[in-house]
Amino acid sequence: MKLVRDTWLVFGRYFGLFIHNPVWVALGVLQPLLYLILFAPLLKPIAAMRGFPPGGAYNVFVPGLLVQLGMFGAAGVGFSLIAELRMGVIERLRVTPVSRVALLFGRALRDMFSIILQSLILILIALPFGLSIHPIGIVVVLALIGLIGLLTASIGYAVALAVKSEDSYAPIVFTSTLPILLLSGVLLPMSIAPQWLQNIAAINPLLYAVDAARHIFNDNIGDPSVAKGVVILLVLSVVAVVVGARQFGRAVS
Amino acid sequence: MEGTDSEAVIETRGLRRVFKTRKRQVEAVAGVDLRVQRGEIFGFLGPNGAGKTTTLRMLATLLPPSGGTARVAGCELSSEPGKIRERIGYVGQAGGADREITGRAELVFQGRLYGMPTSAAQKRAAELIEMLELEGAADRKVATYSGGQKRRLDIGLGLVHDPELLFLDEPTTGLDPQSRARVWDEVRSMHERGTTVFLTTHYLDEADALCDRVAIIDYGKIVAEGTPEELKRAIAGDVVSFSIAGEQQRALDLVKDQEFVREARLENGSVHLYVDRGEVAMPAILRLLDGARLQLMTVELHRPSLDDVFLRQTGRSLRETAA
Repeated sequence: MKLVRDTWLVFGRYFGLFIHNPVWVALGVLQPLLYLILFAPLLKPIAAMRGFPPGGAYNVFVPGLLVQLGMFGAAGVGFSLIAELRMGVIERLRVTPVSRVALLFGRALRDMFSIILQSLILILIALPFGLSIHPIGIVVVLALIGLIGLLTASIGYAVALAVKSEDSYAPIVFTSTLPILLLSGVLLPMSIAPQWLQNIAAINPLLYAVDAARHIFNDNIGDPSVAKGVVILLVLSVVAVVVGARQFGRAVS
Repeated sequence: MEGTDSEAVIETRGLRRVFKTRKRQVEAVAGVDLRVQRGEIFGFLGPNGAGKTTTLRMLATLLPPSGGTARVAGCELSSEPGKIRERIGYVGQAGGADREITGRAELVFQGRLYGMPTSAAQKRAAELIEMLELEGAADRKVATYSGGQKRRLDIGLGLVHDPELLFLDEPTTGLDPQSRARVWDEVRSMHERGTTVFLTTHYLDEADALCDRVAIIDYGKIVAEGTPEELKRAIAGDVVSFSIAGEQQRALDLVKDQEFVREARLENGSVHLYVDRGEVAMPAILRLLDGARLQLMTVELHRPSLDDVFLRQTGRSLRETAA
């Protein structure tokens, strides 16, 4: 099938570029690692508070860090696309018969792969700190974080194709990711938040992702919140890929 | 080749493109009727901002037209863009090769995009590398290429699938004279292999030396079309240009109503006269100026160039408007 073949082809191109620059993987892991070392210890006394979810400081905090990694790690993908717009690469690809969906999906899959790899590294590093997780839980949580990467990357590409310049892309990324992150309960669980804040957070899809991830780390894969988080991300990812592919179809410079 | 029998590779009717900015609408292409025949090198000549690139991008399926119809490579632009993409090659101004990838890898990838199996794409890449004399550069990153090598690779990317029609957007802009000549050679050899080439340029000599037919576009409209010879012949006769110290306007007024002057213009401080026979007009002009005590600085008699065609059609000189 043409779509599968084209997607594989585009994925291969960007995967090739990716493995030539492994430094990005290390940089992507660095930030959550600093949180793990410099911030997570502060949570230990707070973990005893009323309303703090069960599981201990690391099992509550690491899922949040992974969600953050999934989002921040993929939010910058638009910069490389804008560089390619400038080199004429995107225009050159668009004039070939290659599928527009593949142009977006192939490269977003590469980003998804990169996010999953970084997440795995982070989980392995966090284990000695006192993180505990079932092997099947690792697989499920990696799929969940991978979806966050796919979703964020697709949105990032669509935005980059629309604005076409780093000067516009950077402020959009920075001003939109921070509130989404704060309202997802990444740093501290939203269950200890006042009611009005919880109400606002309820419309944030990442809240459900964090919730799902925490249940996975607590060996509750069967909890309905896990399926809920995965379904929400899956639906949004499909929408984002379709919207992004449409942008590829009509990218006008 | 004359007449309506020959096959059109591009045929447009009333092709338009309007860009909306925040405050107003700009009509970049304002109703273009074109007919490009199979096998010819067709030049689209005009200053920057005339609508050349916009027209090209519409015909190459990159930009939807705001109005009008077009058939490209036997397919309807509005309904069959996918089929058109299989049959055309397009080399944009920016080129299209990624700086971080080797030229060979780009050519192979491009072949794969057109559905070739890997082995066929590798074989085709090797052919193009040899044809474009990129053997020494092919396995280096594109970032290390000279301007001429980069441009040849860009053209190679447009030729991977051996398209029947190749679009080249300002293929020689920014190149040194030697690399420019190389690109001309490539275009001519494509032509010999039967490929139709549609190129844009703001270089008059390029249009004159390379193209079988030329359309001159200005402010989104075609103002003249034909072979370079036909266009020049349309300005029958010769061109006499002279400059004088001061009082150009007075000099113009003095000569413009003479019976041997078909048309007179003041352009960039010199007076241009379109006359039937330059060798007859020249002495008469000199006598007139002398009699009026106007001091002649330079005088020149030449056959009409495409610049004269452009000047006459648009009232501006392309040499002045081109970057």
